[in-house]
Amino acid sequence: MTQRRIAEWLLVGLLVAGLAGVWQLQKRIDAEQKATRVEWDELSVRSGNVIKKMSLEYAPLMGAIYWTRVVQYYGEKHRLHQRNLDLLWPLLDITTTLDPSLVVAYRFGSTFLSDRVPRGAGRPDLGVKLLERGLQANPDEWRLYQDLGNVYYFDMKDYRKAAWAFEEGSKNPKSYIWMKVMAAKIAAEGESPETSYFLWQQVYETATDPTIKKNAEDHLKLMRVELDLKAINGAVDGFERQSGRRATRIGELIQAGFIRGIPRDPEGYPYVLGEGGKAELNLNSPLLEQMLMEKSQSSRNELR
Amino acid sequence: MTNVWTVATNTFREAVRDRVLYNLVFFALLMMGAAILVGQISIGIEQSVIVSLGLTAISVIGIFISVFIGVGLVSKEMDKRTLYALLAKPVQRWQFLLGKFAGLVMTLTVNTAAMAVGLYAVLWTVKHPLARSDWYLLVAVYLILLKLALIVALAMLFSCFTTPFLAILFTVGVYLAGIYAEELRTMQAVDLNPATMRVLQGVSYLLPNFENFNVMGAVAHGRGVPGTLVWQDTWYAMLYAAIVLTGAAMVFSRRNLK
Amino acid sequence: MPNPAIEVENLTKDYPHGFLNLKMRRSLENLTMQVESGEVFGFLGPNGAGKSTTIKLLMRLIFPTSGTARILGKSIEDVSMHRDIGYLPEQPYFYDYLTAAELLHYFARFHKLTAADRHERVQKMLKKVGLESAKKIQLRKYSKGMLQRVGLAQAVLHDPQVVVLDEPMSGLDPLGRREVRDIILELKKEGRTVLFSTHILSDAEMLCDRVGVIVGGRLRGVGTPDEMVGIQTQGMEILFEPDGTGKSFPLLARATKTGERYRVQLPEAELYAALDELKAAGARILSVAQLKPTLEEFFMNLVDADRAQANAVEVSGK
Repeated sequence: MTQRRIAEWLLVGLLVAGLAGVWQLQKRIDAEQKATRVEWDELSVRSGNVIKKMSLEYAPLMGAIYWTRVVQYYGEKHRLHQRNLDLLWPLLDITTTLDPSLVVAYRFGSTFLSDRVPRGAGRPDLGVKLLERGLQANPDEWRLYQDLGNVYYFDMKDYRKAAWAFEEGSKNPKSYIWMKVMAAKIAAEGESPETSYFLWQQVYETATDPTIKKNAEDHLKLMRVELDLKAINGAVDGFERQSGRRATRIGELIQAGFIRGIPRDPEGYPYVLGEGGKAELNLNSPLLEQMLMEKSQSSRNELR
Repeated sequence: MTNVWTVATNTFREAVRDRVLYNLVFFALLMMGAAILVGQISIGIEQSVIVSLGLTAISVIGIFISVFIGVGLVSKEMDKRTLYALLAKPVQRWQFLLGKFAGLVMTLTVNTAAMAVGLYAVLWTVKHPLARSDWYLLVAVYLILLKLALIVALAMLFSCFTTPFLAILFTVGVYLAGIYAEELRTMQAVDLNPATMRVLQGVSYLLPNFENFNVMGAVAHGRGVPGTLVWQDTWYAMLYAAIVLTGAAMVFSRRNLK
Repeated sequence: MPNPAIEVENLTKDYPHGFLNLKMRRSLENLTMQVESGEVFGFLGPNGAGKSTTIKLLMRLIFPTSGTARILGKSIEDVSMHRDIGYLPEQPYFYDYLTAAELLHYFARFHKLTAADRHERVQKMLKKVGLESAKKIQLRKYSKGMLQRVGLAQAVLHDPQVVVLDEPMSGLDPLGRREVRDIILELKKEGRTVLFSTHILSDAEMLCDRVGVIVGGRLRGVGTPDEMVGIQTQGMEILFEPDGTGKSFPLLARATKTGERYRVQLPEAELYAALDELKAAGARILSVAQLKPTLEEFFMNLVDADRAQANAVEVSGK
């Protein structure tokens, strides 16, 4: 090998070593940044209009990109069990400004903005605002009326407005009959467990976005639990009336014929009777945690 | 007129031999990447994302070609002096300009059509079979092509009287201004006196309103485009380009070559 | 006498220059001349004298500040007149992505020749300029000489009556220059009018029927090469070798030495006296020749005289 070739090979070796050095250095820098950077969310530009102007002619694509940010943001927060959903509204605001026809953004937003903390941001007013914007841009999307009705019914407990929303939606010939039925039922009765269960079931069955679907499923499970507990408590009362004492175990109720088979919650864990003979979730059931969070939040809401 | 055709076909040949069409490879890779990723990232709106991304790519790549190659059409010939022997033939300078324009527009048409085919292919892999509403995509692509032709005309105009660098700058500048022309018209700035407002409004009408050709929002969500808009846009592009090219021809006809 | 092929009348060209292009530089001033049908006319001058400017004005690549010109009776504004003229630009550059054959075919189309006609002529031209074997190679791979030949081919492809060549020999090696000279002579034989510009005076002397000398933007004279120089000889020149004894004599002092030889120039009248002197000194006489001034000397005198005046004729513009 001539000197020239040796020199060339050395040079190549040096380059490879250099790249390896760059790699290592980058790892160090990443670690350093992770240590010093606090985990806060960044949204440097908050104005939807500004971003729209910066997007030149490509606003719908930017809208799609911001939509993915929304999904990721919510997913991360949910995964880390963080309660702070401050950026949800700005992100959705930007997304829908960029692409007013992105219906899924309105639907997603309405659910997770309105829903109670920690599942959502606890801001049903923003949910309504988003949906109204969505309806203005997409007047033919009757599903947004459905969502609007849900927000009024579940989160704002304004049954008059909820009935109105379902009624409006039912005027669209593409909508389903149940919209009109629900409108009348809510107008007459306000809240009822069957209505609640039905509404969530509609969302669950027709949702295309997996996050929305999962959320509806969770709600349905909790409602199922409520209904089950109510039924079991009814059996306990019946047992008491019949035998003169309160039951202490589910087994007694089964033996007495008030319940057929071992009642299990939607996750498959059998219910138990707690203090004072009240029906409760099994301690092992993951639904217990969710239930407690709901209870604490609603009591907090009542205190306000 | 045959002179125009002769120059046009040679311009097309030049584009091919200069490997302009290789940008299609980049486009193909981009679209394939998108097809693979879109399933992971944005469930439920795959079609919308692919259409938006595809149209954006077609538009951006097309604009790059229109500006850079459009400016070069005349500048390159003047700098390299290939023009000298040509102008000694019995051919008018305006025929030369028009031929160059036609040649690049032909190249862009072929390029854009190929990209549209690629876009449909990717769309098909994500969502078989294609619905009727998917054909609206062709309308969006056609309108983009009109926009590109107009940009080529502008690029040629500027390159006839300034340096290539400035011509690129001006063309991009007019493109950006043209996008915001509509905003300019409807702007409600409180502290401008009415005379200024009217001047700005006038300017907004004279700028090339490129937003006319943008139907990405509708097509990405499967909505159609009214036929009248397509007609009007076609007339608009032809008229505006004709004005620009006439200006270019006038400038070029009196220009002393170095 | 048939009409002149090229007529130029008071052609003037000013160029803007300087800061903000406010000043004007006159690169051509009131050029008036004619090129007769069938002659080879040489346009002589140093670089920047205005030769290329004149030719570009004729070919309508640039526009005159004032004055007119006609080729074959038609004004230079008439583009259709280009059918009958051929042009080879200075330092030609053609589309480098085309082959020689493709380029010629492309240019031929502008002359509205039929397809068969085009094919035949392109073949003929390629053979004429010796590029037959390279016709399928892209022009980007051509040497300068080959490009010059392509340029000549495209200039005469359409059988033009008038051929205008801008510095056709520049940058060529002696073989290339010889080839170009031969082609020009062939064109002349075919009865075409040839106007070419050059700063190589020996070529002009050899080829041209008439020359026009242009210096500093002004035409200094037109005529046959002989006329320009003046037919009178300037004297005689003797080449001799002294006998080696180192003896000095008057003529030796006047002579210039090159190696072992001496040369001396003197008027014709003094010739015989000088020969006697040399014979007496025992010098060996190598040659006696008539001194004929060349175009080059005439030229140099002109340039020097011009430089003695102010540099460029500046006409302050608007």
